[in-house]
Amino acid sequence: MCSSHSPALSRACPSPRNRAKARAGSWQPGTLLAKRRSVAATNGKIVPLDQELLKAPTGVQGLDEITNGGLPRGRPTLICGGAGSGKTLLAASFLVNGVEQFGEPGVLMTFEETSEELASDLASLGLDLPKLVAEGQLIVDYVRVERSEIEETGEYDLEGLFVRLEHAVRSIGAKRIVLDTIESLFAGLSDPGILRAELRRLFRWLKDKRLTAVITGERGEGGLTRQGLEEYVSDAVILLDHRVQEQVSTRRLRIVKYRGSHHGTNEYPFLIDRNGLSVLPVTSLGLTHPALEERLSTGVDRLDDMLSGKGYYRGSTILLSGTAGTGKTSLAAHFVDAACRRGERSLYFLFEESPLQLMRNMRSIGIDLQQWVERGLLQFHADRPSRFGLETHLASMYRAVREFKPLVTVTDPVTNLLTVGTQSDVRSMLTRVIDYLKLESITGVFTSLSPGKTELEQTDAAISSLMDTWIVLTINEEQRQRRRWVSILKSRGMAHSNTVNEYRLTDRGFQVLDAESTREGRANGG
Amino acid sequence: MEETTLLERSQDTDTFLLRLYVAGQTPKCIRAFANLKRICEEHLAGRYHIEMVDLLENPQLARGDQILAVPTLVRRLPEPMKKIIGDLSNTERVLVGLDLRPALRRQAL
Repeated sequence: MCSSHSPALSRACPSPRNRAKARAGSWQPGTLLAKRRSVAATNGKIVPLDQELLKAPTGVQGLDEITNGGLPRGRPTLICGGAGSGKTLLAASFLVNGVEQFGEPGVLMTFEETSEELASDLASLGLDLPKLVAEGQLIVDYVRVERSEIEETGEYDLEGLFVRLEHAVRSIGAKRIVLDTIESLFAGLSDPGILRAELRRLFRWLKDKRLTAVITGERGEGGLTRQGLEEYVSDAVILLDHRVQEQVSTRRLRIVKYRGSHHGTNEYPFLIDRNGLSVLPVTSLGLTHPALEERLSTGVDRLDDMLSGKGYYRGSTILLSGTAGTGKTSLAAHFVDAACRRGERSLYFLFEESPLQLMRNMRSIGIDLQQWVERGLLQFHADRPSRFGLETHLASMYRAVREFKPLVTVTDPVTNLLTVGTQSDVRSMLTRVIDYLKLESITGVFTSLSPGKTELEQTDAAISSLMDTWIVLTINEEQRQRRRWVSILKSRGMAHSNTVNEYRLTDRGFQVLDAESTREGRANGG
Repeated sequence: MEETTLLERSQDTDTFLLRLYVAGQTPKCIRAFANLKRICEEHLAGRYHIEMVDLLENPQLARGDQILAVPTLVRRLPEPMKKIIGDLSNTERVLVGLDLRPALRRQAL
């Protein structure tokens, strides 16, 4: 204890803060640079060559991509958003990943939740704070600010807060720090003038200490944060948003500002699940994807014939459209079956049926998909369209593709997504899916349910321009018999058949009939 | 040890156990101590005890005692604990903060 009966003020005070300042100035090896190419070894020491900012990777999937390497190292970043937008989770992920992936200890100063509350909230999202605290890699300090408990009389400053921060940072050699949510100070203390001056001093101090800091702030009216924190944090600002449209929620992240660095400017969807937070940088990537010559069988010989004898192009997109009961799913299943036979991984997005139901139905026409699932070649990804918003669907599709790395995907039926978005939203989402698939040379089959008997419905027209090959399936009734017809409306880059061929759904699958057995029309093989 | 006897002593009597948190020898902190000393002499003569805690020397105490602002005066006894921040230049508010106002009124009656 440092209690003393006499005034201790006359005692000369050693300044541990100055010592720490001298130390923090040196650049630590192991620091990740935004671009490795901009680094050269000089006398065994690594120094950055140009003005490239040093970056501290967040380890949050996707975020490091859109920030070109992470948050500005040694500088404060502001994360703002409304209540429940994921600010605390993002900030905590930055700290936990800092420890676990980049060997950088961290300090979490929380003003709203106690350490225990925070630990239990984050545990359900895959972040184990108590473990890191026990290992001496993380300090969680809950700063309690309760206006009713504090009487103010005369001048004061927030040196106590600085001392606490400094002590925490020094005791574990912290490189990263999170202040969540420092604006709570404004509710607890009555003098905004002092607070503003002290905040300015705090951010200056964080920079002097070369701490990579994340400050969270509640979204305010007329500004990014309630207390205008963006004034103090000029280096990087990330905005989180949680929108609910027609009862469907979508989380988005946008980098409002990132001084001296390139960054993605779009709104990016992100997911929060038991694995924590992941940002999905799915954007329109531009028309730079490769055009492959390789052809893939549709799984139906006679249909291959109609597509100049060889089937679809690898990496192309195929729209299968038709009214109910025309066998769109069967045709897609043939293609998946053929892909799996070649040993190619296939990912099947289902928006209507369950995987078991689909496999049973396909078994009835002689396609055994179960075997491919068992061999790990086929994976289903089934979701009700209404479960999330379009952006979230896009994000989860993107993630599934990224994880499973298929060569072939099926989206069945793409039209069901229209229930959660407008036609132009769906089109914009599909554009991004398709761009991504094409860039990865993944062949994408999309089925589209036409509501009426006419084959050229608006929906199809809206998305067909994104497709390389468009196959239309129709049914008509003649002499008390339903007859099914397949035709190729378009197929880019190949001479395809122009005839309308009859087909049947048999216990051996989708069978296109020969021209001879079709009363009208003539099969055209090329 | 010293702590225990102090606590016991102040529980026996109605001694005020006060702790002033400062961070080095800043003008604010010096003023706060001077103000505190004066107020105590005027209103609590003979039944107060002041401890000084310099957070620059004992930074760990800032966290344990939830100190944010400097200077902070904590009334540890009598209970409940009270916190007053600032240089204590407003005597009235210090007296209210220390719950000395009602007591004085009673004396006056």
